[in-house]
Amino acid sequence: MLRAIFIIFFFQLIGEAIKKLFQLYIPGPVIGLVLLLLTLIFLKKTNNKNIISLKKDVIDTGNHMLTYLSLLFVPIGVGVVMHLTYLQNNFFRVLIIIFITTVSTIALTAFTMEKLKTKIK
Amino acid sequence: MLEKDKLYSIWVYLQAEPLFWLTLTIGSYLIGDYCYKRSKLFPLVNPVMISIFIVSIILLKLNISYERYFDGAKFIHFMLGPVTVALAIPIYKQFSLIKKEAKIIFISLILGSLFAITSTFLLCKFFSIDEKVLLSMLPKSATAPIAMGISDLIGGIPSLTAIVTILTGIIGASFGTFALDFLKLKDMSARGFGLGLASHGIGTARAMSRNRTAGVFAALALGLNGIATAIIVPLLFKLFSFF
Repeated sequence: MLRAIFIIFFFQLIGEAIKKLFQLYIPGPVIGLVLLLLTLIFLKKTNNKNIISLKKDVIDTGNHMLTYLSLLFVPIGVGVVMHLTYLQNNFFRVLIIIFITTVSTIALTAFTMEKLKTKIK
Repeated sequence: MLEKDKLYSIWVYLQAEPLFWLTLTIGSYLIGDYCYKRSKLFPLVNPVMISIFIVSIILLKLNISYERYFDGAKFIHFMLGPVTVALAIPIYKQFSLIKKEAKIIFISLILGSLFAITSTFLLCKFFSIDEKVLLSMLPKSATAPIAMGISDLIGGIPSLTAIVTILTGIIGASFGTFALDFLKLKDMSARGFGLGLASHGIGTARAMSRNRTAGVFAALALGLNGIATAIIVPLLFKLFSFF
């Protein structure tokens, strides 16, 4: 498990370094995600026993970490509530705009994808 | 009286420690998660929303500053980075499926991302929102760190973007499913993709808790739309400022 945590942290570290190096607007963890994905794909057909066991370790640990994804949004969420005054007199209008655009984006995207899928099949 | 003084001194001591706020965060999340499970995963009983509510009430009632709270909560906040990296794992596991549907994914991504941005722009104009606030709202469907970077680039207010982005996540995760049910969309990958695209991490967490396939496509959409928004918003901004 410790090796897996090391690997995951290490990929984020590389991601942060690349972000800084090329001054990208993509956050380090997202770059780390892409790099880890590419590495896993690259190692898909490996026969090396050590790599296979390490891969399994990373997959199990990562899956376990993902169970707590929701929890990790609580600290920033509390910050949002404490700083709601930033929005001042815009608050209700902003809330309405977020509601309409977000719900309709979810609906439109899912609708497009499902219709395209049934059309092709 | 003596007892009360003693209790008070213990409280003064504890509330200065990060451990107290860390424990409070995990505890309130467990309460939120318990309610979510008891409600049979009803979307309005969002565990993130409940725990944010509990912690915020306590902080406001006890007059604790956010900085003091975050001193403890930062240990949880820190894990957001590594867990984002770990999203590579479910995507990897479904990679053959994703490759097969690459074209559909790409079209849905571009359409969804453009719609999220332009609908926000138009509605802000309609409600005559201040320019600065409008610019801060444009990238709100991207994951918070990306959205804040874009906002900074086009002249928005990054901290305002953080607020709007998190609200987008919570609203999408709580109400999105109703729209999907209303349209009778059954395909789990399409449902997840919509949730992740519009309401990033919090939508992904919601999708992940319901269905593995939905979770994978939500994570995929979260990553892809982060990148798409980072390209589209600055581009549109340049185009508009041209006229």
